[in-house]
Formats: sequence, C-alpha cells, structure tokens
Amino acid sequence: MEKTYNNKAWFLVLPVLVLVAFSAVIPLMTVVNYSVQDTFGNNVFFWAGTEWFEQVLTSSRFHGALIRSLSFSLVILAIQIPLGIFVALNMPRKGIGVPICLVLMALPLLIPWNVVGTIWQVFGRGDIGLLGYTLRTLGISYNYATDPWHAWITVVVMDVWHWTSLVVLLCYAGLVSIPDAYYQAAKIDGASRWSVFRYIQLPKMNRVLLIAVLLRFMDSFMIYTEPFVVTGGGPGSATNFLSIDLVKMAIGQFDLGPAAAMSIVYFLIILALSWVFYTVMTNYDTANR
Amino acid sequence: MATTTTTMLRETASSHHEALGQSEAVARKMRRRGRESRFWWLVPTLYIVFLMLPIYWLVNMSFKTNTEILGSFSLWPQNPTLRNYMVIFTDPAWYSGYINSIIYVTLNTIISVGVALPAAYAFSRYKFLGDKHLFFWLLTNRMAPPAVFALPFLQLYSSFGLIDTHIAVALAHCLFNVPLAVWILEGFMSGVPKEIDETAYIDGYSFPRFFVKIFMPLIASGIGVAAFFCFMFSWVELLLARTLTTTEAKPIAATMTRTVSASGLDWGVLAAAGVLTIIPGALVIYFVRNYIAKGFALGRV
Repeated sequence: MEKTYNNKAWFLVLPVLVLVAFSAVIPLMTVVNYSVQDTFGNNVFFWAGTEWFEQVLTSSRFHGALIRSLSFSLVILAIQIPLGIFVALNMPRKGIGVPICLVLMALPLLIPWNVVGTIWQVFGRGDIGLLGYTLRTLGISYNYATDPWHAWITVVVMDVWHWTSLVVLLCYAGLVSIPDAYYQAAKIDGASRWSVFRYIQLPKMNRVLLIAVLLRFMDSFMIYTEPFVVTGGGPGSATNFLSIDLVKMAIGQFDLGPAAAMSIVYFLIILALSWVFYTVMTNYDTANR
Repeated sequence: MATTTTTMLRETASSHHEALGQSEAVARKMRRRGRESRFWWLVPTLYIVFLMLPIYWLVNMSFKTNTEILGSFSLWPQNPTLRNYMVIFTDPAWYSGYINSIIYVTLNTIISVGVALPAAYAFSRYKFLGDKHLFFWLLTNRMAPPAVFALPFLQLYSSFGLIDTHIAVALAHCLFNVPLAVWILEGFMSGVPKEIDETAYIDGYSFPRFFVKIFMPLIASGIGVAAFFCFMFSWVELLLARTLTTTEAKPIAATMTRTVSASGLDWGVLAAAGVLTIIPGALVIYFVRNYIAKGFALGRV
C-alpha cells in the first residue's frame, strides 16, 4: 500500500509513546543509573564507572548462565520448529476436527506460567506424578531434583509441551492460506510429497516461520517462571538461566550494581539479535512485495 | 483408498476434461492429509494426548483427598471429593486472588488496545519522521525480559505510591502488550484498502467519526485478536505481577506460590487452584477459536 508522508501521524502515536516511555524508558534509565554507581546503603551513591560491567563480563557465573540460556534456546528451536511444522502439516483442514484441534492445542498457551511449572513439578514426581511413577515402574531411575540431566530434560520437555502449539498455529495459519490451484498444478506436474512441501508449502510458511522463530527465540531466551518453579535453578546451578540468575542477584542478594550491569548486557544481546531478525524480516517483506 | 487413487490417476491420464475435476479431488486430499498416509489423524491425536496428559493429572489430583494423593497411586479418583474446591471458594484469601487477576487483566487489555489503535493506524497509513525506528523500538520492548524490569518497576511505582494496586500491574504489563497490540492491529489495518478512508473523508466524515463508525467495525476481528493476546500475556505473566503486589492486588497465581512454600503442601488445594486458573483461558480460547489461526499469524499471512 502506498503511504502518504505526514508528520501529523506523530499525534496518533503519542499515547503509545507516553505510556511506553513511562513503563520502559524510566525503568531502563534506573537500571543504567545503577550499573555505573556504587552504594553503601542509605541512598548514597557514587560513581563506579565501568567497574560492574568489567566484573560481570569476566565472571564465570555470567558466562555459565549465558551459555546455558543460549544452548537452551537452540535446543528449543531445534525441537519446536520441526515438530510444529510436522504437526501443522497433518492437521485437518475442515470439519469438526478443526476447532477441536485448535482449542485443545492452544490450551497450554493460556495457562499461567507458574501453573505450568506446578503441573510439571507434580507430573514428574516419582511418588505422586504420572510421568515419574511410570518411569520408576519401568525401572528407570528418574529424579529431576537431583540429576542435572534429568532436570534439563524435564525443563526442555516442559517448554516443548508449553510452546510448540504456538509454532503449530502459526504454520497452520500459513498453510490454510495456500490456494487449491497450487496443489492442482503440483499434481499435474506429478510432484512428489517432498517437492510439494519444499516448493509450495515451505515458501508459503516463510513469513510465519520467521515470526515463530523470533517469538520462540526471545521467549525461551528470557524464560524464568517455569524452570524456577520446577527446579529453582538447580540441582546446583544446572538450570540457572540468565533471568533466574539475574533475579537471584537483584532481589535475593540485592547486588544492585552487578545486577544492573548484567541486565544491560542481557538486554543488549537481545536487542542485537532482535535487530538481526527484524532486518531479515523486513528485507524479506520488501523483496516479496 | 490407495487403489481408488491409482485408478483415478490412470483416468486422469486418459481424459483431460475429467482430469481437472479429479485432480481437484486429489489436491483436496493431499492438502488435507498428505498423499499416501491414511493415518494423518495419528499425529494431531498423539500430540493432543501429549498435551492433555499433564493437565488431566492435575484435574485428577484436584478431586482427590491429600491422603489419597500421597497414599495410593490411581489413574482416577477412587473417592471423588469437592473439598479442595470448597476450600478455595470459601476462603477470601483464595478467591480474591481471582478477582484481582481479572481486574488487572481487563484494565491492561482496555489500556493496551485503546492506545494501540491510533498508533497502529498511523503506522499502517502514514510515513513520518522516524517511523521505522519507532516501530523497531516498540518491538524491542516486547523482547525486554521482565527480569530486567522487576526491580526498577518496584522503585518507580513505589515513588508514585502505586504499589499493590491493580493499575500498577496493568501499566507494567503494557510494557510487552502495547507493542504486541500495535503489531497485530497494524497487520489487520494494512489489509483494509486505503480507498475506504478517502471515500469517507470525501463524504465529509471527520477523522474520529470515521475511525469509530467505519474503520473499527471493519477491523473488529483484529481488535478481538489483539484483545485476546493482551488478555493471554497479562493472564499468564507472574514475575512482574508478583513483584508489584503484596496483599490488596495479589494475583491468583502468586497466591498459589505462597501456599506451596508455606502451608505444608496441600496438594489437593494446589491442584484445584491450578485447574481454576486454566478455566478462564479455556473459555476465552473457545470464543475466539475461529480467529486464533489468523491472529497467531498477526494478521499478515
């Protein structure tokens, strides 16, 4: 659509600007403030320069949390995107099955995050949970509270359970927008199932897949509540992801300086990655217009 | 089925006229279930079973007594009891949590969609100085981890005397809901041809009147989807909601965590409270089920 150039449009954006400035810019400035100052309490602050940033960037605790968060996001993307596409390809397209599938699949998305944590905490317990009990009966020793690998698997399976439906619904939305004519053409050309997927369905899902990757990466990179409820970051620090570590530092230990510096680094990483995704997305849009 | 398809294929080769009709049928079949698999339904079914098992287990537990939960292992309640639900519905500390959650979620949805509407219109219709940067900046707020903002929010809102009020949580959730609402609405608005705006202006409509009387009904489904998403993300968020409230505006989800840690793990009541937090979401999904697919694609498929 051809857009007109009109700077009066700023007035329409103004309410959003004021609101987001209040709920984002002021808090962010507070964080910046803390990150360069030190305090001995009583609200007396003095300039600390880049001390906190150096401390955070060189600490092995931060490196550990960063690596854990990054690998978690990568594992999540590697499982959820293919699984989501696969389920979406096999969804019914008309009839009574459609609303049933949609409603049931969307259900985990609407459960408060700490309840998701509680559900899996209970589900995986060896004494009262279905999963834990079944595994124990089968002779597999499974305990997410003591074994780091079991804790990781539990958190990953929980996230797959929680968020794969988002990918499914996005891909499904892309698939239903493909006109019948495309399939007929493929049929006349004698295309195989694979080429139909590769040359018709996948290109049509490109846009929604980008949205899916973007949302899933961001949300898994800042995951907090669910693993916090299930494992509390443990055993040891096996599931101590960036935001769990951050909250422990800021609210638990009240180390404002390092926590603020870590927040800024964390936010800059997310900002850089979102910029890459956003650029790819908008370039893709303009190339296909 | 397989033999019919093969016959159909042979016939397709023989007659061009028939081919069109039959390839349509084949295409429909392929689209619906993939070409050769007649077990296409197995995948969604297995996936849904995987999704439902943990939820079923929670529901199952909510109808058991604590002795039954801890004492014996059974796939369904042996002596179904409503005691756990009675505890929640008779104790104000529990049910006020629901009321608090619903109040701030509703407030947040109204505020977010209200301010996002004009902004989304501006982004979908006009070019203006810094529009692209502004849009990206808004999106970055959707990406901002709440963990970063928890502490500054606490200090900001205490200096305004807003701690432990519903409006504080509603405003804090605007951080990620406003950008999302702008994004979704912009997608839907771009689908409305610009000629409609121009015709309305020629007919003498003022901007506010045009926007409310003509434009908003046209994107009603978009507004519904945006409201659904604001409801969803505000309902499921806990970190900020818990940080900003102490007693008066405490959300139900936070009431649950307190009980887990404090009162000696009343599993039955915990499960019942969990089941009750799922119900509002389930109701909302049921009402918007026909728009979900489009909404998840943010109106831009």
